Amino acid sequence: MDSIIPQLLTGLAGASSLFLVASGLTIIFGVTRIVNFSHGSLMMLGAYIGWSILTRLPRDPEWFVLGIIATVLATALIGVLLEMVVLRRVYRAPELFQLLATFGVVLILQDVTLWIWGPVELPLPRSRWLRGFVEIAGNRFPFYDLILIFVGPVVLGLLWLVMNRTRWGTLVRAATLDREMVAALGVDQRLLFTSVFALGAGLAGLGGVLSLPNSSANLHIDLSVITDAFVVVVVGGLGSLPGAFVASLLIGILQAFGIVLVPKITLVLVFLVMAVVLVFRPNGLMGRPQAEAREATVAAPVVRAAPRELRILGGIALLLAVAAPFFVGDYYLTVLTDACVAIVFAASLHFMMGPGGMASFGHAAWFGIGAYGAGLLAQWLGAPMPIGLLAAPISAGIVAALFGWFVVRLSGVYLSMLTLAFAQIVWAISFQWVEVTGGDNGLLGLWPPEWARDPSVYYWMALILSVAVALLLRRALYAPYGYALRAARDSVTRAQSIGLDVARLRMVALIIAGAACGLSGALFAYAKGGVFPTYISIPHSVEALLMVLLGGLQTMTGPIIGALVYTGLADILMRSTDLWRLVLGTVIVLLVVAFPEGIAGAARRLWLRGREA
Amino acid sequence: MHVTRRLILGASGSLALPGILHAQGTAPIRIGEINSYTTNPAFTLPYRNAMQLAVERVNAKGGVLGRQLELITRDDAGRPQDAVRLAGEMVNDQKVDVLAGAYLSNVGLALGEYAAQNKRLYIGGEPLTDAMVWERGNRYTFRLRPSTYMQAAILAEEAAKLPAKRWVTVAPNYEFGQSGVKWFKQLLTAKRPDVQFVGEQWPALGRVDAGATVQALEQMKPDGIFNVLFGPDLTNFVRQGNTRGLFEKRSVASLLTGEPEYLDPLGDEAPEGWIVTGYPGEAIDTPAHKAYAAAYRTKFNAKPMCGSLVGYALINSIAAGVAKAGSTDIEKMVEGFRGARFDTPVGNAEYRAIDHQGTLGVFVGKTALQRNAGVMTEWRYIDGKDLLPGDDFVRGLRPASAS
Repeated sequence: MDSIIPQLLTGLAGASSLFLVASGLTIIFGVTRIVNFSHGSLMMLGAYIGWSILTRLPRDPEWFVLGIIATVLATALIGVLLEMVVLRRVYRAPELFQLLATFGVVLILQDVTLWIWGPVELPLPRSRWLRGFVEIAGNRFPFYDLILIFVGPVVLGLLWLVMNRTRWGTLVRAATLDREMVAALGVDQRLLFTSVFALGAGLAGLGGVLSLPNSSANLHIDLSVITDAFVVVVVGGLGSLPGAFVASLLIGILQAFGIVLVPKITLVLVFLVMAVVLVFRPNGLMGRPQAEAREATVAAPVVRAAPRELRILGGIALLLAVAAPFFVGDYYLTVLTDACVAIVFAASLHFMMGPGGMASFGHAAWFGIGAYGAGLLAQWLGAPMPIGLLAAPISAGIVAALFGWFVVRLSGVYLSMLTLAFAQIVWAISFQWVEVTGGDNGLLGLWPPEWARDPSVYYWMALILSVAVALLLRRALYAPYGYALRAARDSVTRAQSIGLDVARLRMVALIIAGAACGLSGALFAYAKGGVFPTYISIPHSVEALLMVLLGGLQTMTGPIIGALVYTGLADILMRSTDLWRLVLGTVIVLLVVAFPEGIAGAARRLWLRGREA
Repeated sequence: MHVTRRLILGASGSLALPGILHAQGTAPIRIGEINSYTTNPAFTLPYRNAMQLAVERVNAKGGVLGRQLELITRDDAGRPQDAVRLAGEMVNDQKVDVLAGAYLSNVGLALGEYAAQNKRLYIGGEPLTDAMVWERGNRYTFRLRPSTYMQAAILAEEAAKLPAKRWVTVAPNYEFGQSGVKWFKQLLTAKRPDVQFVGEQWPALGRVDAGATVQALEQMKPDGIFNVLFGPDLTNFVRQGNTRGLFEKRSVASLLTGEPEYLDPLGDEAPEGWIVTGYPGEAIDTPAHKAYAAAYRTKFNAKPMCGSLVGYALINSIAAGVAKAGSTDIEKMVEGFRGARFDTPVGNAEYRAIDHQGTLGVFVGKTALQRNAGVMTEWRYIDGKDLLPGDDFVRGLRPASAS
């Protein structure tokens, strides 16, 4: 087949683009341990800034190169700013809080970019040399793609030189291996982190500006790039540059041939590769097991039952909630119903994340599976709502059990990334398998039966279910099982040495969390009259994380407070301003900076301070 | 928890107050419009501009039934679940008389479901999915824009005139892309039994790997290419296709590519000779369109986009429907909108009684380069009623409960 060579070259060009973005992400992660969600936004900024610079320069190759260098410097500067203004303040917070902060930055940058450059996509006019091609195996191959093929290895080589032949690089490698030790040796961490962030951001900017001749600067770059970059980084091994390079080659080439062989499932293919790699090599192709961060070995404070005052407060709030239909309008009842759903959604994530120690980046998968479980049952068998509500946790629980086999053996960020990959696979199936799931049009006509159609009745039902689930989760947490689960989280070796089956404990936690979350999905679906792939989207998974982290990990009330605050905030903002992403992002960043232990955590600290003083 | 809830309720309650003060009577007729303003601003912002222009014009002429129109818009963030929640806010809190909006098909369908469930009138402007008025059609949902079927039908008709026999398709892998390809194949094969479809490409929406896709299509050695890609996907596809010579000596039929929203970003690389559906914009020289385009330019200092046309026509159609109903009672409005005729800058149209589909037409033409920018040439306007299938076919698809 004479198509093999051009297709291979196309794959190599794609691999280079992937590597540019992934390399920055992996370097930043290696040193700072930050999962930088805003890396895609930096690439988007690179594309926009590059467009603004290059359209003002003459169209010759040398000016093109100059424009690229200027863009890289500009994005690196933005990276520095980001690190100094936001991230520097949250390094001491628990790992995932930084992720929250970077997601706030994503939201802010979306609106800022829209405000500066406008809504229309901006393609860079290509000069003649950028449109050229060479004849390869009887096919035309773009000259620019040939250049791209070389850029990847050249950047890898330069990075290798910097990392292995300079003092700065040595420090970066040392910090990647053991950052506390580097700090103990008297290296200025702030300077190191800031410079690493600048390098990573510059690489993202380079990726952005180099994508211009083949595409355009548009507002969708950020989220579409970030998932690809995550996949590459995880497959390659977090923090490993050569790993990222090998992984981008693998994925780039697979993508190019996958399009020819299995055109319909390319989206799933990438995530399948990631899942397979993680199953056989839990630390990625070239990653090493993470050095235990020393702070993390200090056991998290024991979760204790709420003090009497909090119980009274909770009781009053519950009474108010029960009485709500008598004094609020129909619309606010639906918002309160959404809040009940959000409570189950957040509490189930908290269960596996807080006591279970397994942070999920793809919690919306269970939400969606529950919703689709109920929806498909109603569509195929005409199952009534109570059956649907029962089937949702069962189907989500069963899938969680199957998925658990892969996931419980992983730990830390790898586990989170596998959950992300799984959620993306579920999303792709729901979005693309139109015959079964209805595709993006979704499953429609899923309304409650006559007796539950009244918003008050449905609200009460949601309230009862959400309170029941929250109490059940709390019960499990204070049962011997809960103590064992927390022991497994705090120290795997010690837990094993006293005879606890850690894998099984975590598996059960995953099933419980998945099932509870599935129920919230079905409750939501009946409230909205349908099931849509957006239920499983990444932003929805991030919402769950936001709620849990906003509330705080260390208490059972945390996720509940987080769910209420987030639901209320999002509702008010979306209705009052077109700039709600900017405001929401800013609020998130401010909250993370002000309350690194979450709202409930901060309240608890203030409360305890008063008692113990 | 206690404090939080009270805060939320207090804050949102105070926001809601103006809504409660306005009630029925001589108060304005309120249109509650929900759209993807943050996720698809390129289409929806010109659309909202034109809606405001239309509302001003209707009100300047004395409004409808002696009442002024009032437009309230909300952002659905591209999520059907948010759209449904906001529809509840519009109806229960803002007391709107008519629900309108949606850009994405799934948002349109979700709002249609909400309308049927709660017996409210919903007029969809932009969503293209056929299901909205056919398989999932209902009594309370109307749709203005020509559907995927109508757009694919005219392209199939034009493609049938070409000598091309070996066709390939490339479409984003989701409902819109899949229905576009389905109808095009079905309608073209019916007209030309000698045509063969030799391959298809299904890149994921918003993530086309353009080089590999173009290369794969090239290998199939087609005579004709049917394209459904749009937005940034289209830009990537056209650039790779131009460089790799995919479009040379081949016929291309392409859905929506003639809309300035998608054609303008292609700049001087806009393909020539593609058969497209779209909107020729200020090249339309009928007096009605000229007046509209001039007013739009004066007010917003920008050229009218395809979205603008839809937004403008949407408000006109709502005004006409309410006027014909003579009341803002929901059931009367449903009867009123059925068969309501309304003026648009491109011609007269109506909401068909049989399936609530608007007969706003389609522009079909060829792409060309003029002064380094893509334009539509040799275009003609086909009334929507001539693009729809026979009544029996439609009745077969539409549920009986939708009458």
